[in-house]
Amino acid sequence: MAAAEGSADGGPLFAGLADVSISGDIPVEGEITVPVGSRSPDEDYSTLDEPVKDTIMRDLKAVGKKFVHVMYPKKSSALLRDWDLWGPLVLCVSLALMLQGGSADSKDDGGPQFAEVFVIIWFGAVVITLNSKLLGGTISFFQSLCVLGYCIMPLTVAMLVCRLVLLAGSGTISFIIRLIVVVAMFGWSTLASTAFLADSQPPNRKGLVVYPIFLFYFVISWMILTFTPQ
Amino acid sequence: MAAVDDLKFQEFDDAANLLAANPDATTISIDEPVEISKNQHGRLQEPRREEDDELLGTDDSDKTELLAGQKKSAPFWTFEYYQMFFDVDTYQVLDRIKGSVFPVPGKNFVRLYIRSNPDLYGPFWICATLVFTIAVSGNLSNFFIHLGKPTYHYVPQFRKVSIAATAIYAYAWLVPLALWGFLMWRNSKVMNIVSYSFLEIVCVYGYSLFVYIPTAILWIIPQKVVRWVLMIFSLCLSGSVLVMTFWPAVRDDNRRIALATVGTVVLLHALLAVGCLAYFFDAPELDFPAPIIPAHNGTTVMTKSL
Repeated sequence: MAAAEGSADGGPLFAGLADVSISGDIPVEGEITVPVGSRSPDEDYSTLDEPVKDTIMRDLKAVGKKFVHVMYPKKSSALLRDWDLWGPLVLCVSLALMLQGGSADSKDDGGPQFAEVFVIIWFGAVVITLNSKLLGGTISFFQSLCVLGYCIMPLTVAMLVCRLVLLAGSGTISFIIRLIVVVAMFGWSTLASTAFLADSQPPNRKGLVVYPIFLFYFVISWMILTFTPQ
Repeated sequence: MAAVDDLKFQEFDDAANLLAANPDATTISIDEPVEISKNQHGRLQEPRREEDDELLGTDDSDKTELLAGQKKSAPFWTFEYYQMFFDVDTYQVLDRIKGSVFPVPGKNFVRLYIRSNPDLYGPFWICATLVFTIAVSGNLSNFFIHLGKPTYHYVPQFRKVSIAATAIYAYAWLVPLALWGFLMWRNSKVMNIVSYSFLEIVCVYGYSLFVYIPTAILWIIPQKVVRWVLMIFSLCLSGSVLVMTFWPAVRDDNRRIALATVGTVVLLHALLAVGCLAYFFDAPELDFPAPIIPAHNGTTVMTKSL
Protein backbone atom coordinates (compact mmCIF):
# COMPACT_ATOMS: atom_id res chain seq x y z
CA MET A 1 0.00 0.00 0.00
CA ALA A 2 2.58 2.42 1.02
CA ALA A 3 4.72 1.53 -1.95
CA ALA A 4 1.80 1.89 -4.31
CA GLU A 5 1.06 5.28 -2.89
CA GLY A 6 4.64 6.22 -3.32
CA SER A 7 4.64 5.32 -6.98
CA ALA A 8 1.28 6.95 -7.56
CA ASP A 9 2.67 10.14 -6.15
CA GLY A 10 5.41 10.17 -8.68
CA GLY A 11 7.94 10.15 -5.90
CA PRO A 12 10.78 7.69 -5.63
CA LEU A 13 9.79 4.07 -6.10
CA PHE A 14 9.97 1.77 -3.13
CA ALA A 15 9.99 4.75 -0.86
CA GLY A 16 8.00 2.68 1.54
CA LEU A 17 10.87 0.28 1.86
CA ALA A 18 12.82 2.84 3.77
CA ASP A 19 10.85 1.61 6.67
CA VAL A 20 12.59 -1.74 6.35
CA SER A 21 15.56 -1.92 8.63
CA ILE A 22 18.12 -3.32 6.22
CA SER A 23 19.70 -0.02 5.51
CA GLY A 24 20.11 0.53 9.17
CA ASP A 25 21.95 -2.70 9.91
CA ILE A 26 24.25 -3.14 6.97
CA PRO A 27 25.69 -0.09 5.35
CA VAL A 28 25.03 -0.65 1.72
CA GLU A 29 27.24 1.87 0.14
CA GLY A 30 30.13 2.18 -2.15
CA GLU A 31 30.52 1.77 -5.87
CA ILE A 32 29.82 -1.26 -7.93
CA THR A 33 32.99 -1.77 -9.85
CA VAL A 34 33.82 -4.09 -12.68
CA PRO A 35 35.91 -7.05 -11.49
CA VAL A 36 39.64 -6.91 -12.11
CA GLY A 37 40.91 -8.23 -15.40
CA SER A 38 37.99 -7.54 -17.66
CA ARG A 39 38.19 -4.79 -20.14
CA SER A 40 36.06 -1.82 -19.46
CA PRO A 41 35.57 0.88 -22.03
CA ASP A 42 37.85 3.11 -20.00
CA GLU A 43 40.86 0.91 -20.72
CA ASP A 44 40.37 0.99 -24.47
CA TYR A 45 40.23 4.71 -24.49
CA SER A 46 43.37 4.91 -22.43
CA THR A 47 45.43 2.80 -24.83
CA LEU A 48 44.54 5.29 -27.50
CA ASP A 49 46.03 8.03 -25.42
CA GLU A 50 49.21 6.33 -24.40
CA PRO A 51 52.45 7.07 -26.21
CA VAL A 52 53.25 4.93 -29.22
CA LYS A 53 56.36 3.62 -27.53
CA ASP A 54 54.21 1.96 -24.87
CA THR A 55 52.05 0.22 -27.42
CA ILE A 56 54.99 -1.10 -29.35
CA MET A 57 56.85 -2.14 -26.24
CA ARG A 58 53.84 -4.05 -24.97
CA ASP A 59 53.63 -6.09 -28.15
CA LEU A 60 57.37 -6.57 -28.26
CA LYS A 61 57.39 -7.80 -24.71
CA ALA A 62 54.65 -10.32 -25.53
CA VAL A 63 56.64 -11.56 -28.50
CA GLY A 64 59.81 -11.74 -26.46
CA LYS A 65 58.08 -13.66 -23.70
CA LYS A 66 56.96 -16.23 -26.22
CA PHE A 67 60.48 -16.60 -27.56
CA VAL A 68 61.63 -17.36 -24.04
CA HIS A 69 58.86 -19.91 -23.68
CA VAL A 70 60.07 -21.69 -26.78
CA MET A 71 63.63 -21.75 -25.50
CA TYR A 72 62.56 -23.40 -22.27
CA PRO A 73 59.53 -25.39 -23.27
CA LYS A 74 57.57 -26.14 -20.19
CA LYS A 75 53.86 -26.45 -20.19
CA SER A 76 52.49 -22.99 -19.85
CA SER A 77 49.29 -21.66 -21.23
CA ALA A 78 50.63 -18.19 -21.95
CA LEU A 79 51.86 -19.17 -25.37
CA LEU A 80 48.53 -20.67 -26.24
CA ARG A 81 46.22 -18.11 -24.76
CA ASP A 82 47.59 -14.87 -26.17
CA TRP A 83 48.50 -15.89 -29.63
CA ASP A 84 50.06 -13.51 -32.08
CA LEU A 85 51.59 -14.05 -35.47
CA TRP A 86 54.31 -11.39 -35.37
CA GLY A 87 56.96 -13.79 -34.17
CA PRO A 88 56.26 -16.44 -36.81
CA LEU A 89 56.26 -13.78 -39.51
CA VAL A 90 59.64 -12.40 -38.45
CA LEU A 91 61.12 -15.89 -38.17
CA CYS A 92 59.74 -17.01 -41.52
CA VAL A 93 60.98 -13.94 -43.37
CA SER A 94 64.44 -14.12 -41.83
CA LEU A 95 64.72 -17.85 -42.56
CA ALA A 96 63.62 -17.34 -46.16
CA LEU A 97 66.07 -14.46 -46.59
CA MET A 98 68.96 -16.48 -45.17
CA LEU A 99 68.16 -19.34 -47.54
CA GLN A 100 68.72 -17.04 -50.49
CA GLY A 101 71.97 -16.43 -52.15
CA GLY A 102 72.79 -20.07 -52.61
CA SER A 103 73.64 -21.55 -56.01
CA ALA A 104 72.03 -18.62 -57.69
CA ASP A 105 73.83 -19.16 -60.97
CA SER A 106 71.97 -22.27 -62.13
CA LYS A 107 68.68 -21.38 -63.72
CA ASP A 108 66.12 -23.50 -62.00
CA ASP A 109 68.06 -26.24 -60.27
CA GLY A 110 68.86 -24.27 -57.23
CA GLY A 111 67.87 -23.80 -53.70
CA PRO A 112 64.36 -22.86 -52.73
CA GLN A 113 63.21 -19.45 -53.75
CA PHE A 114 61.89 -16.99 -51.19
CA ALA A 115 58.30 -17.68 -52.17
CA GLU A 116 58.81 -21.43 -51.92
CA VAL A 117 60.10 -21.22 -48.36
CA PHE A 118 57.28 -18.90 -47.38
CA VAL A 119 54.65 -21.15 -48.93
CA ILE A 120 56.09 -24.28 -47.39
CA ILE A 121 56.16 -22.83 -43.90
CA TRP A 122 52.72 -21.24 -43.93
CA PHE A 123 50.96 -23.83 -46.01
CA GLY A 124 52.57 -26.59 -43.99
CA ALA A 125 51.51 -24.99 -40.73
CA VAL A 126 47.94 -24.56 -41.99
CA VAL A 127 47.75 -28.17 -43.13
CA ILE A 128 49.05 -29.46 -39.81
CA THR A 129 46.54 -27.32 -37.94
CA LEU A 130 43.68 -28.57 -40.11
CA ASN A 131 44.89 -32.10 -39.58
CA SER A 132 44.90 -31.78 -35.81
CA LYS A 133 41.49 -30.15 -35.80
CA LEU A 134 40.02 -32.82 -38.05
CA LEU A 135 41.37 -35.50 -35.74
CA GLY A 136 39.39 -33.98 -32.92
CA GLY A 137 41.80 -31.53 -31.36
CA THR A 138 40.53 -28.78 -29.10
CA ILE A 139 43.08 -26.15 -29.95
CA SER A 140 41.99 -23.17 -31.98
CA PHE A 141 43.26 -22.49 -35.46
CA PHE A 142 45.42 -19.45 -34.78
CA GLN A 143 46.77 -20.78 -31.52
CA SER A 144 48.17 -23.75 -33.36
CA LEU A 145 49.64 -21.56 -36.10
CA CYS A 146 51.23 -19.41 -33.43
CA VAL A 147 52.88 -22.37 -31.69
CA LEU A 148 54.15 -23.94 -34.90
CA GLY A 149 55.53 -20.60 -36.08
CA TYR A 150 57.32 -19.80 -32.85
CA CYS A 151 58.89 -23.25 -32.70
CA ILE A 152 60.75 -22.51 -35.93
CA MET A 153 63.04 -20.32 -33.85
CA PRO A 154 65.64 -23.02 -33.07
CA LEU A 155 65.88 -23.80 -36.78
CA THR A 156 66.41 -20.13 -37.60
CA VAL A 157 69.25 -20.10 -35.09
CA ALA A 158 70.62 -23.21 -36.80
CA MET A 159 70.47 -21.45 -40.16
CA LEU A 160 72.41 -18.53 -38.74
CA VAL A 161 75.07 -20.86 -37.34
CA CYS A 162 75.26 -22.73 -40.65
CA ARG A 163 75.86 -19.56 -42.61
CA LEU A 164 78.59 -18.51 -40.21
CA VAL A 165 80.24 -21.92 -40.43
CA LEU A 166 80.03 -21.82 -44.22
CA LEU A 167 81.85 -18.50 -44.20
CA ALA A 168 84.79 -20.31 -42.65
CA GLY A 169 84.86 -23.11 -45.17
CA SER A 170 82.74 -25.78 -46.82
CA GLY A 171 84.66 -28.99 -46.29
CA THR A 172 83.76 -32.16 -44.47
CA ILE A 173 84.36 -30.76 -41.00
CA SER A 174 82.02 -27.86 -41.59
CA PHE A 175 79.46 -30.31 -42.89
CA ILE A 176 79.69 -32.40 -39.74
CA ILE A 177 79.33 -29.34 -37.55
CA ARG A 178 76.33 -28.19 -39.54
CA LEU A 179 74.78 -31.65 -39.38
CA ILE A 180 75.09 -31.81 -35.60
CA VAL A 181 73.70 -28.33 -35.12
CA VAL A 182 70.76 -28.87 -37.47
CA VAL A 183 69.86 -32.24 -35.96
CA ALA A 184 69.96 -30.81 -32.45
CA MET A 185 67.80 -27.83 -33.37
CA PHE A 186 65.38 -30.06 -35.26
CA GLY A 187 64.93 -32.19 -32.17
CA TRP A 188 64.45 -29.11 -30.03
CA SER A 189 61.79 -27.66 -32.38
CA THR A 190 59.85 -30.89 -32.53
CA LEU A 191 59.95 -31.41 -28.78
CA ALA A 192 58.95 -27.82 -28.06
CA SER A 193 55.96 -27.87 -30.38
CA THR A 194 54.74 -31.27 -29.24
CA ALA A 195 55.05 -30.14 -25.64
CA PHE A 196 52.57 -27.39 -26.39
CA LEU A 197 50.31 -29.11 -28.84
CA ALA A 198 50.05 -32.70 -27.74
CA ASP A 199 47.88 -32.01 -24.75
CA SER A 200 44.99 -30.76 -26.79
CA GLN A 201 44.59 -34.04 -28.64
CA PRO A 202 42.56 -37.08 -27.70
CA PRO A 203 44.99 -39.57 -26.14
CA ASN A 204 44.71 -42.35 -28.70
CA ARG A 205 45.54 -40.09 -31.61
CA LYS A 206 48.62 -38.33 -30.33
CA GLY A 207 50.88 -40.23 -32.70
CA LEU A 208 48.77 -39.22 -35.66
CA VAL A 209 49.14 -35.56 -34.73
CA VAL A 210 52.82 -35.60 -33.85
CA TYR A 211 53.96 -37.25 -37.07
CA PRO A 212 53.06 -34.36 -39.45
CA ILE A 213 54.83 -31.92 -37.12
CA PHE A 214 57.90 -34.14 -37.32
CA LEU A 215 57.67 -34.18 -41.12
CA PHE A 216 57.25 -30.39 -41.26
CA TYR A 217 60.36 -29.64 -39.23
CA PHE A 218 62.27 -32.36 -41.05
CA VAL A 219 61.62 -30.67 -44.39
CA ILE A 220 62.73 -27.30 -43.04
CA SER A 221 65.86 -28.87 -41.54
CA TRP A 222 66.62 -30.50 -44.87
CA MET A 223 66.40 -27.15 -46.63
CA ILE A 224 68.77 -25.66 -44.08
CA LEU A 225 71.25 -28.52 -44.23
CA THR A 226 71.47 -28.65 -48.01
CA PHE A 227 72.07 -24.95 -48.36
CA THR A 228 75.23 -24.42 -50.35
CA PRO A 229 76.55 -20.93 -50.80
CA GLN A 230 77.49 -19.59 -54.17
CA MET B 1 -12.73 -69.42 -61.40
CA ALA B 2 -9.91 -70.80 -59.35
CA ALA B 3 -7.83 -71.14 -62.47
CA VAL B 4 -8.40 -67.48 -63.35
CA ASP B 5 -7.40 -66.50 -59.85
CA ASP B 6 -4.32 -68.60 -60.11
CA LEU B 7 -3.37 -66.94 -63.33
CA LYS B 8 -3.68 -63.48 -61.84
CA PHE B 9 -0.40 -61.64 -61.50
CA GLN B 10 1.02 -61.78 -57.99
CA GLU B 11 2.80 -58.84 -56.55
CA PHE B 12 6.12 -59.76 -55.10
CA ASP B 13 6.32 -58.65 -51.53
CA ASP B 14 9.17 -56.81 -50.04
CA ALA B 15 12.08 -59.04 -49.21
CA ALA B 16 11.69 -58.21 -45.54
CA ASN B 17 8.06 -59.28 -45.54
CA LEU B 18 8.89 -62.50 -47.30
CA LEU B 19 11.64 -63.19 -44.80
CA ALA B 20 9.37 -62.42 -41.88
CA ALA B 21 6.94 -64.93 -43.24
CA ASN B 22 9.56 -67.59 -43.68
CA PRO B 23 12.55 -66.83 -41.47
CA ASP B 24 14.44 -70.00 -42.25
CA ALA B 25 14.65 -69.40 -45.94
CA THR B 26 18.10 -69.33 -47.41
CA THR B 27 18.83 -65.97 -48.84
CA ILE B 28 21.81 -64.38 -50.46
CA SER B 29 22.78 -60.88 -49.50
CA ILE B 30 24.41 -59.14 -52.41
CA ASP B 31 26.61 -56.67 -50.57
CA GLU B 32 28.75 -59.08 -48.63
CA PRO B 33 31.41 -60.95 -50.56
CA VAL B 34 32.46 -62.95 -47.55
CA GLU B 35 29.69 -65.48 -47.61
CA ILE B 36 29.76 -65.67 -51.37
CA SER B 37 33.32 -66.90 -51.26
CA LYS B 38 32.40 -69.24 -48.48
CA ASN B 39 29.55 -70.61 -50.57
CA GLN B 40 31.98 -71.25 -53.32
CA HIS B 41 34.05 -73.35 -50.99
CA GLY B 42 31.07 -75.66 -50.86
CA ARG B 43 30.63 -76.14 -47.15
CA LEU B 44 27.15 -77.33 -46.24
CA GLN B 45 25.67 -76.26 -42.94
CA GLU B 46 27.90 -73.45 -41.69
CA PRO B 47 27.47 -70.84 -44.41
CA ARG B 48 23.72 -70.80 -44.06
CA ARG B 49 23.89 -70.02 -40.37
CA GLU B 50 26.45 -67.33 -40.90
CA GLU B 51 24.31 -65.78 -43.57
CA ASP B 52 21.40 -65.68 -41.17
CA ASP B 53 23.63 -64.06 -38.61
CA GLU B 54 24.64 -61.42 -41.10
CA LEU B 55 21.05 -60.75 -42.04
CA LEU B 56 20.01 -60.51 -38.43
CA GLY B 57 22.68 -57.89 -37.96
CA THR B 58 24.59 -59.59 -35.19
CA ASP B 59 27.77 -59.57 -37.19
CA ASP B 60 30.24 -56.81 -36.59
CA SER B 61 30.63 -55.64 -40.15
CA ASP B 62 26.92 -55.35 -40.59
CA LYS B 63 26.65 -53.18 -37.53
CA THR B 64 29.44 -50.94 -38.63
CA GLU B 65 27.77 -50.54 -41.99
CA LEU B 66 24.55 -49.53 -40.31
CA LEU B 67 26.43 -47.11 -38.12
CA ALA B 68 28.26 -45.79 -41.13
CA GLY B 69 24.93 -45.07 -42.71
CA GLN B 70 23.88 -43.13 -39.65
CA LYS B 71 27.18 -41.24 -39.54
CA LYS B 72 26.89 -39.54 -42.88
CA SER B 73 24.32 -37.01 -41.90
CA ALA B 74 26.26 -33.75 -41.71
CA PRO B 75 25.94 -31.52 -44.76
CA PHE B 76 29.07 -31.27 -46.82
CA TRP B 77 29.76 -27.62 -46.12
CA THR B 78 30.24 -28.12 -42.39
CA PHE B 79 33.46 -29.03 -40.69
CA GLU B 80 31.90 -32.10 -39.07
CA TYR B 81 31.39 -33.70 -42.45
CA TYR B 82 35.12 -33.83 -43.02
CA GLN B 83 35.80 -34.94 -39.49
CA MET B 84 34.05 -38.20 -40.35
CA PHE B 85 36.93 -39.08 -42.64
CA PHE B 86 39.52 -38.69 -39.91
CA ASP B 87 37.84 -40.95 -37.43
CA VAL B 88 40.77 -43.29 -36.93
CA ASP B 89 43.06 -44.00 -34.02
CA THR B 90 46.80 -44.46 -34.15
CA TYR B 91 46.65 -48.22 -33.89
CA GLN B 92 44.12 -48.41 -36.73
CA VAL B 93 46.35 -46.47 -39.07
CA LEU B 94 49.30 -48.66 -38.10
CA ASP B 95 47.22 -51.78 -38.70
CA ARG B 96 46.23 -50.60 -42.13
CA ILE B 97 49.82 -49.81 -43.03
CA LYS B 98 50.87 -53.26 -41.84
CA GLY B 99 48.13 -54.81 -43.93
CA SER B 100 49.36 -53.07 -47.02
CA VAL B 101 52.98 -54.09 -46.54
CA PHE B 102 52.25 -57.73 -45.68
CA PRO B 103 49.30 -58.63 -47.89
CA VAL B 104 47.58 -61.82 -46.89
CA PRO B 105 46.77 -63.80 -50.01
CA GLY B 106 43.07 -64.16 -50.48
CA LYS B 107 42.07 -61.47 -48.03
CA ASN B 108 40.64 -58.27 -49.35
CA PHE B 109 42.34 -55.18 -47.92
CA VAL B 110 39.19 -53.13 -47.99
CA ARG B 111 37.01 -55.66 -46.24
CA LEU B 112 39.61 -56.67 -43.75
CA TYR B 113 40.98 -53.36 -42.63
CA ILE B 114 38.81 -50.56 -43.81
CA ARG B 115 35.38 -52.02 -43.07
CA SER B 116 33.37 -49.01 -44.15
CA ASN B 117 35.50 -46.58 -42.22
CA PRO B 118 37.65 -45.11 -44.95
CA ASP B 119 39.96 -42.40 -43.75
CA LEU B 120 41.73 -39.65 -45.57
CA TYR B 121 44.56 -39.33 -43.05
CA GLY B 122 46.50 -42.31 -44.39
CA PRO B 123 46.41 -41.49 -48.10
CA PHE B 124 47.21 -37.80 -47.59
CA TRP B 125 50.15 -38.18 -45.24
CA ILE B 126 51.58 -41.25 -46.94
CA CYS B 127 51.62 -39.32 -50.22
CA ALA B 128 53.24 -36.32 -48.52
CA THR B 129 55.90 -38.52 -46.93
CA LEU B 130 56.53 -40.26 -50.24
CA VAL B 131 56.99 -36.94 -52.05
CA PHE B 132 59.59 -35.72 -49.61
CA THR B 133 61.29 -39.10 -49.29
CA ILE B 134 61.75 -39.38 -53.04
CA ALA B 135 63.04 -35.84 -53.33
CA VAL B 136 65.46 -36.21 -50.41
CA SER B 137 66.68 -39.67 -51.43
CA GLY B 138 67.13 -38.61 -55.04
CA ASN B 139 69.17 -35.66 -53.91
CA LEU B 140 71.28 -37.78 -51.57
CA SER B 141 71.92 -40.51 -54.13
CA ASN B 142 73.01 -37.98 -56.74
CA PHE B 143 75.29 -36.40 -54.20
CA PHE B 144 77.00 -39.68 -53.39
CA ILE B 145 77.30 -40.74 -57.00
CA HIS B 146 79.02 -37.55 -58.02
CA LEU B 147 80.96 -37.19 -54.80
CA GLY B 148 84.51 -37.49 -56.02
CA LYS B 149 84.22 -35.50 -59.17
CA PRO B 150 85.71 -32.02 -59.09
CA THR B 151 83.52 -30.69 -61.86
CA TYR B 152 80.27 -31.43 -60.02
CA HIS B 153 78.70 -28.63 -58.02
CA TYR B 154 76.03 -29.80 -55.64
CA VAL B 155 72.65 -28.15 -56.01
CA PRO B 156 69.65 -29.05 -53.87
CA GLN B 157 67.31 -29.15 -56.89
CA PHE B 158 64.30 -27.92 -55.07
CA ARG B 159 62.16 -27.83 -58.22
CA LYS B 160 61.94 -31.57 -58.14
CA VAL B 161 59.86 -31.49 -55.00
CA SER B 162 57.05 -29.67 -56.80
CA ILE B 163 57.19 -32.11 -59.69
CA ALA B 164 57.18 -35.10 -57.36
CA ALA B 165 54.25 -33.68 -55.41
CA THR B 166 52.20 -33.09 -58.54
CA ALA B 167 52.89 -36.54 -59.94
CA ILE B 168 52.20 -38.49 -56.78
CA TYR B 169 49.10 -36.60 -55.70
CA ALA B 170 47.69 -36.77 -59.22
CA TYR B 171 48.26 -40.51 -59.24
CA ALA B 172 46.74 -41.04 -55.81
CA TRP B 173 43.57 -39.04 -56.55
CA LEU B 174 42.91 -39.05 -60.29
CA VAL B 175 43.50 -42.74 -60.92
CA PRO B 176 41.04 -43.77 -58.16
CA LEU B 177 38.55 -41.32 -59.63
CA ALA B 178 38.88 -42.85 -63.08
CA LEU B 179 38.73 -46.37 -61.67
CA TRP B 180 35.68 -45.58 -59.59
CA GLY B 181 33.92 -44.07 -62.58
CA PHE B 182 34.78 -47.11 -64.65
CA LEU B 183 33.51 -49.51 -61.99
CA MET B 184 30.28 -47.55 -61.62
CA TRP B 185 29.76 -47.74 -65.36
CA ARG B 186 30.34 -51.48 -65.43
CA ASN B 187 28.07 -51.87 -62.43
CA SER B 188 25.24 -50.38 -64.36
CA LYS B 189 25.73 -52.96 -67.09
CA VAL B 190 26.68 -56.05 -65.15
CA MET B 191 25.40 -56.78 -61.68
CA ASN B 192 28.57 -56.92 -59.68
CA ILE B 193 28.73 -58.46 -56.27
CA VAL B 194 31.30 -56.13 -54.89
CA SER B 195 31.36 -52.40 -55.30
CA TYR B 196 33.54 -49.85 -53.62
CA SER B 197 32.89 -46.26 -52.76
CA PHE B 198 35.24 -43.60 -54.05
CA LEU B 199 36.83 -43.07 -50.64
CA GLU B 200 37.56 -46.74 -50.20
CA ILE B 201 39.40 -46.80 -53.51
CA VAL B 202 41.39 -43.71 -52.53
CA CYS B 203 42.19 -45.42 -49.25
CA VAL B 204 43.50 -48.56 -50.93
CA TYR B 205 45.65 -46.60 -53.32
CA GLY B 206 47.01 -44.40 -50.57
CA TYR B 207 47.98 -47.24 -48.28
CA SER B 208 49.40 -49.29 -51.14
CA LEU B 209 51.87 -46.50 -51.82
CA PHE B 210 53.38 -46.92 -48.37
CA VAL B 211 55.77 -49.68 -49.40
CA TYR B 212 57.48 -47.25 -51.79
CA ILE B 213 58.75 -45.17 -48.87
CA PRO B 214 61.38 -47.64 -47.60
CA THR B 215 62.06 -48.55 -51.22
CA ALA B 216 62.87 -44.94 -52.04
CA ILE B 217 65.21 -44.76 -49.06
CA LEU B 218 66.99 -47.92 -50.17
CA TRP B 219 67.30 -46.58 -53.69
CA ILE B 220 70.15 -44.42 -52.41
CA ILE B 221 72.34 -47.48 -52.91
CA PRO B 222 74.02 -46.74 -56.24
CA GLN B 223 73.80 -50.18 -57.80
CA LYS B 224 71.55 -50.69 -60.78
CA VAL B 225 70.78 -54.33 -60.03
CA VAL B 226 69.86 -53.58 -56.42
CA ARG B 227 67.55 -50.78 -57.49
CA TRP B 228 65.71 -52.88 -60.01
CA VAL B 229 65.34 -55.81 -57.60
CA LEU B 230 63.94 -53.45 -54.98
CA MET B 231 61.54 -51.96 -57.44
CA ILE B 232 60.21 -55.31 -58.62
CA PHE B 233 59.82 -56.47 -55.05
CA SER B 234 57.87 -53.42 -53.94
CA LEU B 235 55.81 -53.48 -57.12
CA CYS B 236 54.81 -57.06 -56.36
CA LEU B 237 53.80 -56.21 -52.81
CA SER B 238 51.74 -53.12 -53.51
CA GLY B 239 50.45 -54.48 -56.80
CA SER B 240 49.16 -57.57 -55.06
CA VAL B 241 47.21 -55.43 -52.60
CA LEU B 242 45.57 -53.61 -55.49
CA VAL B 243 44.91 -56.77 -57.50
CA MET B 244 43.36 -58.59 -54.58
CA THR B 245 41.15 -55.62 -53.91
CA PHE B 246 39.90 -55.08 -57.43
CA TRP B 247 39.74 -58.60 -58.79
CA PRO B 248 36.50 -59.44 -56.91
CA ALA B 249 34.96 -56.27 -58.27
CA VAL B 250 35.46 -57.12 -61.91
CA ARG B 251 35.51 -60.90 -61.71
CA ASP B 252 31.96 -61.35 -62.86
CA ASP B 253 32.33 -59.11 -65.80
CA ASN B 254 33.37 -59.99 -69.29
CA ARG B 255 36.65 -61.88 -69.03
CA ARG B 256 38.63 -59.60 -71.24
CA ILE B 257 37.39 -56.43 -69.59
CA ALA B 258 38.22 -57.81 -66.17
CA LEU B 259 41.73 -58.71 -67.19
CA ALA B 260 42.21 -55.39 -68.96
CA THR B 261 41.11 -53.46 -65.88
CA VAL B 262 43.39 -55.27 -63.50
CA GLY B 263 46.20 -55.09 -66.00
CA THR B 264 45.79 -51.33 -66.36
CA VAL B 265 45.86 -50.89 -62.59
CA VAL B 266 49.13 -52.79 -62.31
CA LEU B 267 50.60 -51.07 -65.35
CA LEU B 268 49.92 -47.58 -63.99
CA HIS B 269 51.42 -48.57 -60.68
CA ALA B 270 54.54 -49.84 -62.41
CA LEU B 271 54.77 -46.68 -64.51
CA LEU B 272 54.77 -44.57 -61.37
CA ALA B 273 57.61 -46.56 -59.85
CA VAL B 274 59.71 -46.62 -63.00
CA GLY B 275 59.10 -42.94 -63.63
CA CYS B 276 60.20 -41.99 -60.13
CA LEU B 277 63.32 -44.10 -60.38
CA ALA B 278 64.28 -42.73 -63.77
CA TYR B 279 63.61 -39.07 -63.06
CA PHE B 280 64.83 -38.56 -59.54
CA PHE B 281 67.74 -40.95 -59.35
CA ASP B 282 70.67 -40.62 -61.72
CA ALA B 283 72.07 -43.74 -63.27
CA PRO B 284 74.81 -45.03 -60.98
CA GLU B 285 77.48 -46.08 -63.45
CA LEU B 286 78.05 -42.71 -65.00
CA ASP B 287 81.81 -43.03 -64.86
CA PHE B 288 83.45 -40.84 -67.38
CA PRO B 289 86.32 -42.44 -69.25
CA ALA B 290 89.86 -41.69 -68.15
CA PRO B 291 90.91 -38.16 -69.07
CA ILE B 292 92.14 -37.87 -72.61
CA ILE B 293 94.94 -35.44 -71.83
CA PRO B 294 97.80 -37.90 -71.16
CA ALA B 295 97.00 -39.77 -74.39
CA HIS B 296 97.10 -36.47 -76.23
CA ASN B 297 100.49 -35.74 -74.76
CA GLY B 298 101.60 -39.22 -75.69
CA THR B 299 100.55 -38.81 -79.29
CA THR B 300 102.10 -35.38 -79.63
CA VAL B 301 105.30 -36.70 -78.14
CA MET B 302 105.23 -39.55 -80.57
CA THR B 303 104.63 -37.33 -83.52
CA LYS B 304 107.40 -35.08 -82.36
CA SER B 305 109.70 -38.01 -82.00
CA LEU B 306 108.68 -39.16 -85.42
